[in-house]
Amino acid sequence: MMPASRPLSPHLQIYRWQITSVLSILHRFTGLALSLGTLLLVWWLVALASGPDAFATAQACVGSWLGRLLLLGWSFSLFFHLANGIRHLFWDAGYGFEIKTTTASGWAVVVASVALTVIAWVAGLATMVG
Amino acid sequence: MSAERLRSPLGRALGLGSAKEGADHWWLQRLTAVALVPLALWFVAALVAHLGVDRAAAVAWLRSPLTAIAMILLVVATFTHMALGLQVVIEDYVHREATKIASLVLVRLACWALGAAALFAVLRIAFGS
Repeated sequence: MMPASRPLSPHLQIYRWQITSVLSILHRFTGLALSLGTLLLVWWLVALASGPDAFATAQACVGSWLGRLLLLGWSFSLFFHLANGIRHLFWDAGYGFEIKTTTASGWAVVVASVALTVIAWVAGLATMVG
Repeated sequence: MSAERLRSPLGRALGLGSAKEGADHWWLQRLTAVALVPLALWFVAALVAHLGVDRAAAVAWLRSPLTAIAMILLVVATFTHMALGLQVVIEDYVHREATKIASLVLVRLACWALGAAALFAVLRIAFGS
Protein backbone atom coordinates (compact mmCIF):
# COMPACT_ATOMS: atom_id res chain seq x y z
CA MET A 1 0.00 0.00 0.00
CA MET A 2 1.11 3.57 -0.67
CA PRO A 3 2.35 5.46 2.44
CA ALA A 4 0.38 8.70 2.75
CA SER A 5 3.41 10.83 3.61
CA ARG A 6 5.42 10.08 0.48
CA PRO A 7 5.66 13.00 -1.97
CA LEU A 8 3.75 12.29 -5.15
CA SER A 9 4.34 13.59 -8.64
CA PRO A 10 1.55 15.93 -9.78
CA HIS A 11 -1.43 14.29 -11.40
CA LEU A 12 -2.12 14.59 -15.11
CA GLN A 13 -4.59 17.47 -14.80
CA ILE A 14 -1.92 19.71 -13.17
CA TYR A 15 0.04 19.95 -16.39
CA ARG A 16 -0.74 22.36 -19.19
CA TRP A 17 -2.18 20.65 -22.28
CA GLN A 18 0.40 20.29 -25.01
CA ILE A 19 0.38 18.67 -28.42
CA THR A 20 2.83 15.90 -27.45
CA SER A 21 0.87 14.64 -24.46
CA VAL A 22 -2.51 15.02 -26.16
CA LEU A 23 -1.35 12.95 -29.15
CA SER A 24 0.17 10.36 -26.84
CA ILE A 25 -3.20 9.95 -25.10
CA LEU A 26 -4.99 9.95 -28.47
CA HIS A 27 -2.67 7.20 -29.75
CA ARG A 28 -3.74 4.88 -26.96
CA PHE A 29 -7.37 5.96 -27.22
CA THR A 30 -7.53 5.36 -30.99
CA GLY A 31 -5.80 2.01 -30.47
CA LEU A 32 -8.60 1.00 -28.10
CA ALA A 33 -11.22 2.33 -30.55
CA LEU A 34 -9.65 0.36 -33.40
CA SER A 35 -9.67 -2.76 -31.23
CA LEU A 36 -13.43 -2.33 -30.79
CA GLY A 37 -13.66 -1.65 -34.53
CA THR A 38 -12.22 -5.08 -35.31
CA LEU A 39 -15.48 -6.52 -33.96
CA LEU A 40 -17.23 -4.74 -36.84
CA LEU A 41 -14.66 -6.01 -39.36
CA VAL A 42 -14.99 -9.63 -38.18
CA TRP A 43 -18.77 -9.39 -38.14
CA TRP A 44 -18.79 -8.00 -41.69
CA LEU A 45 -16.43 -10.74 -42.98
CA VAL A 46 -18.42 -13.50 -41.27
CA ALA A 47 -21.66 -12.04 -42.67
CA LEU A 48 -20.16 -11.92 -46.16
CA ALA A 49 -19.12 -15.57 -45.85
CA SER A 50 -22.44 -16.66 -44.32
CA GLY A 51 -24.79 -15.73 -47.15
CA PRO A 52 -26.99 -13.09 -48.77
CA ASP A 53 -29.32 -12.56 -45.79
CA ALA A 54 -26.56 -12.02 -43.23
CA PHE A 55 -24.69 -9.78 -45.67
CA ALA A 56 -27.80 -7.68 -46.36
CA THR A 57 -28.28 -7.17 -42.61
CA ALA A 58 -24.63 -6.21 -42.15
CA GLN A 59 -24.72 -3.78 -45.07
CA ALA A 60 -27.91 -2.18 -43.76
CA CYS A 61 -26.32 -1.66 -40.34
CA VAL A 62 -23.10 -0.26 -41.80
CA GLY A 63 -25.08 2.04 -44.12
CA SER A 64 -27.32 3.33 -41.32
CA TRP A 65 -26.83 6.71 -39.66
CA LEU A 66 -25.16 5.13 -36.63
CA GLY A 67 -23.10 2.80 -38.83
CA ARG A 68 -21.72 5.68 -40.84
CA LEU A 69 -20.91 7.63 -37.68
CA LEU A 70 -18.96 4.62 -36.36
CA LEU A 71 -17.20 4.29 -39.72
CA LEU A 72 -16.22 7.96 -39.57
CA GLY A 73 -14.75 7.47 -36.10
CA TRP A 74 -13.08 4.24 -37.21
CA SER A 75 -11.52 5.81 -40.31
CA PHE A 76 -10.16 8.81 -38.39
CA SER A 77 -8.84 6.53 -35.63
CA LEU A 78 -7.11 4.36 -38.24
CA PHE A 79 -5.48 7.27 -40.05
CA PHE A 80 -4.42 8.91 -36.79
CA HIS A 81 -3.00 5.72 -35.29
CA LEU A 82 -1.24 5.01 -38.60
CA ALA A 83 0.31 8.48 -38.93
CA ASN A 84 1.25 8.76 -35.27
CA GLY A 85 2.51 5.16 -35.37
CA ILE A 86 4.94 6.13 -38.12
CA ARG A 87 6.02 9.03 -35.86
CA HIS A 88 6.65 6.47 -33.12
CA LEU A 89 8.68 4.29 -35.50
CA PHE A 90 10.96 7.26 -36.22
CA TRP A 91 11.44 7.73 -32.47
CA ASP A 92 12.17 4.00 -32.13
CA ALA A 93 14.90 4.45 -34.75
CA GLY A 94 16.30 7.35 -32.72
CA TYR A 95 15.15 10.33 -34.79
CA GLY A 96 13.05 13.40 -34.03
CA PHE A 97 13.41 13.81 -30.28
CA GLU A 98 14.05 17.58 -30.23
CA ILE A 99 11.10 19.47 -28.73
CA LYS A 100 10.68 21.58 -31.87
CA THR A 101 10.66 18.42 -33.99
CA THR A 102 8.16 16.54 -31.80
CA THR A 103 5.81 19.55 -31.91
CA ALA A 104 6.14 19.87 -35.69
CA SER A 105 5.73 16.12 -36.33
CA GLY A 106 2.75 16.14 -33.97
CA TRP A 107 0.95 18.81 -35.96
CA ALA A 108 1.92 17.02 -39.17
CA VAL A 109 0.17 13.93 -37.81
CA VAL A 110 -2.97 15.93 -37.01
CA VAL A 111 -3.04 17.50 -40.49
CA ALA A 112 -2.30 14.18 -42.22
CA SER A 113 -4.94 12.19 -40.34
CA VAL A 114 -7.65 14.80 -40.88
CA ALA A 115 -6.70 15.18 -44.57
CA LEU A 116 -6.63 11.41 -45.18
CA THR A 117 -10.02 11.04 -43.47
CA VAL A 118 -11.52 13.79 -45.66
CA ILE A 119 -9.96 12.31 -48.82
CA ALA A 120 -11.25 8.81 -47.99
CA TRP A 121 -14.79 10.09 -47.37
CA VAL A 122 -14.87 12.29 -50.48
CA ALA A 123 -13.60 9.36 -52.56
CA GLY A 124 -16.12 7.06 -50.86
CA LEU A 125 -19.03 9.40 -51.58
CA ALA A 126 -17.82 9.68 -55.19
CA THR A 127 -17.92 5.86 -55.46
CA MET A 128 -21.43 5.81 -54.02
CA VAL A 129 -22.69 8.47 -56.43
CA GLY A 130 -20.77 7.42 -59.55
CA MET B 1 29.55 -26.49 2.58
CA SER B 2 26.44 -25.54 0.67
CA ALA B 3 25.85 -26.82 -2.81
CA GLU B 4 25.70 -23.27 -4.12
CA ARG B 5 29.36 -22.66 -3.27
CA LEU B 6 30.46 -25.66 -5.33
CA ARG B 7 28.82 -24.34 -8.49
CA SER B 8 30.90 -22.51 -11.05
CA PRO B 9 30.05 -18.88 -11.89
CA LEU B 10 28.77 -20.10 -15.26
CA GLY B 11 26.58 -22.71 -13.60
CA ARG B 12 25.02 -20.09 -11.36
CA ALA B 13 24.32 -17.79 -14.28
CA LEU B 14 22.91 -20.39 -16.65
CA GLY B 15 19.17 -20.20 -17.03
CA LEU B 16 18.92 -17.12 -14.85
CA GLY B 17 19.83 -14.38 -17.25
CA SER B 18 18.53 -13.15 -20.54
CA ALA B 19 17.14 -15.75 -22.91
CA LYS B 20 17.56 -13.07 -25.59
CA GLU B 21 13.78 -12.86 -25.82
CA GLY B 22 13.33 -9.80 -23.63
CA ALA B 23 12.61 -7.53 -26.59
CA ASP B 24 10.19 -9.93 -28.31
CA HIS B 25 7.06 -8.07 -27.28
CA TRP B 26 8.49 -4.72 -28.30
CA TRP B 27 9.91 -6.08 -31.55
CA LEU B 28 6.77 -7.89 -32.66
CA GLN B 29 4.72 -4.78 -31.94
CA ARG B 30 6.98 -2.77 -34.30
CA LEU B 31 7.16 -5.53 -36.90
CA THR B 32 3.37 -5.75 -37.13
CA ALA B 33 3.18 -1.93 -37.14
CA VAL B 34 5.44 -1.77 -40.18
CA ALA B 35 3.42 -4.51 -41.91
CA LEU B 36 0.17 -2.69 -41.14
CA VAL B 37 1.23 0.57 -42.80
CA PRO B 38 0.75 -0.72 -46.39
CA LEU B 39 -1.90 -3.30 -45.41
CA ALA B 40 -4.17 -0.79 -43.66
CA LEU B 41 -3.82 1.78 -46.46
CA TRP B 42 -4.61 -0.92 -49.03
CA PHE B 43 -7.62 -2.08 -47.04
CA VAL B 44 -9.12 1.41 -46.69
CA ALA B 45 -8.51 2.14 -50.39
CA ALA B 46 -10.17 -1.17 -51.33
CA LEU B 47 -13.15 -0.45 -49.05
CA VAL B 48 -13.57 3.02 -50.55
CA ALA B 49 -13.39 1.60 -54.08
CA HIS B 50 -15.99 -1.09 -53.32
CA LEU B 51 -18.52 0.95 -51.33
CA GLY B 52 -22.09 -0.04 -52.06
CA VAL B 53 -21.29 -3.11 -54.19
CA ASP B 54 -23.57 -6.14 -53.93
CA ARG B 55 -22.55 -9.41 -52.29
CA ALA B 56 -21.51 -11.08 -55.57
CA ALA B 57 -19.03 -8.29 -56.30
CA ALA B 58 -17.69 -8.30 -52.74
CA VAL B 59 -17.22 -12.09 -52.88
CA ALA B 60 -15.55 -11.86 -56.29
CA TRP B 61 -13.16 -9.26 -54.91
CA LEU B 62 -12.23 -11.39 -51.90
CA ARG B 63 -11.85 -14.54 -54.02
CA SER B 64 -8.98 -13.10 -55.99
CA PRO B 65 -5.77 -14.69 -54.64
CA LEU B 66 -3.95 -11.40 -54.07
CA THR B 67 -6.88 -9.94 -52.14
CA ALA B 68 -7.30 -13.10 -50.06
CA ILE B 69 -3.59 -13.24 -49.21
CA ALA B 70 -3.50 -9.55 -48.31
CA MET B 71 -6.61 -9.99 -46.14
CA ILE B 72 -5.02 -12.94 -44.32
CA LEU B 73 -1.86 -10.89 -43.69
CA LEU B 74 -4.00 -7.95 -42.54
CA VAL B 75 -5.98 -10.11 -40.11
CA VAL B 76 -2.86 -11.80 -38.66
CA ALA B 77 -0.94 -8.51 -38.29
CA THR B 78 -3.97 -6.66 -36.90
CA PHE B 79 -4.82 -9.18 -34.19
CA THR B 80 -1.18 -9.70 -33.21
CA HIS B 81 -0.67 -5.92 -32.95
CA MET B 82 -3.97 -5.54 -31.08
CA ALA B 83 -3.20 -8.33 -28.59
CA LEU B 84 0.20 -6.79 -27.78
CA GLY B 85 -1.21 -3.26 -27.51
CA LEU B 86 -4.15 -4.21 -25.28
CA GLN B 87 -1.75 -6.22 -23.09
CA VAL B 88 0.31 -3.08 -22.42
CA VAL B 89 -2.82 -1.06 -21.63
CA ILE B 90 -3.99 -3.71 -19.13
CA GLU B 91 -0.54 -3.93 -17.53
CA ASP B 92 -0.50 -0.13 -17.17
CA TYR B 93 -3.90 0.33 -15.57
CA VAL B 94 -5.01 -2.92 -13.90
CA HIS B 95 -3.03 -3.37 -10.71
CA ARG B 96 -4.99 -6.01 -8.80
CA GLU B 97 -3.13 -9.21 -9.65
CA ALA B 98 -6.14 -11.50 -10.10
CA THR B 99 -8.04 -8.98 -12.24
CA LYS B 100 -4.92 -8.28 -14.28
CA ILE B 101 -4.23 -11.94 -15.08
CA ALA B 102 -7.89 -12.57 -15.86
CA SER B 103 -8.00 -9.56 -18.23
CA LEU B 104 -4.75 -10.58 -19.93
CA VAL B 105 -6.03 -14.12 -20.52
CA LEU B 106 -9.44 -12.90 -21.68
CA VAL B 107 -8.04 -10.33 -24.11
CA ARG B 108 -5.47 -12.70 -25.62
CA LEU B 109 -8.05 -15.46 -26.09
CA ALA B 110 -10.54 -12.98 -27.57
CA CYS B 111 -7.92 -11.80 -30.07
CA TRP B 112 -7.22 -15.38 -31.12
CA ALA B 113 -10.95 -16.14 -31.43
CA LEU B 114 -11.66 -12.99 -33.47
CA GLY B 115 -8.65 -13.65 -35.69
CA ALA B 116 -9.70 -17.26 -36.23
CA ALA B 117 -13.25 -16.20 -37.14
CA ALA B 118 -11.95 -13.60 -39.59
CA LEU B 119 -9.48 -16.04 -41.19
CA PHE B 120 -12.15 -18.74 -41.48
CA ALA B 121 -14.49 -16.27 -43.18
CA VAL B 122 -11.82 -15.17 -45.66
CA LEU B 123 -10.84 -18.78 -46.49
CA ARG B 124 -14.46 -19.85 -46.78
CA ILE B 125 -15.06 -17.13 -49.35
CA ALA B 126 -11.75 -17.71 -51.14
CA PHE B 127 -12.26 -21.48 -51.49
CA GLY B 128 -16.08 -21.45 -51.58
CA SER B 129 -17.93 -22.59 -54.68
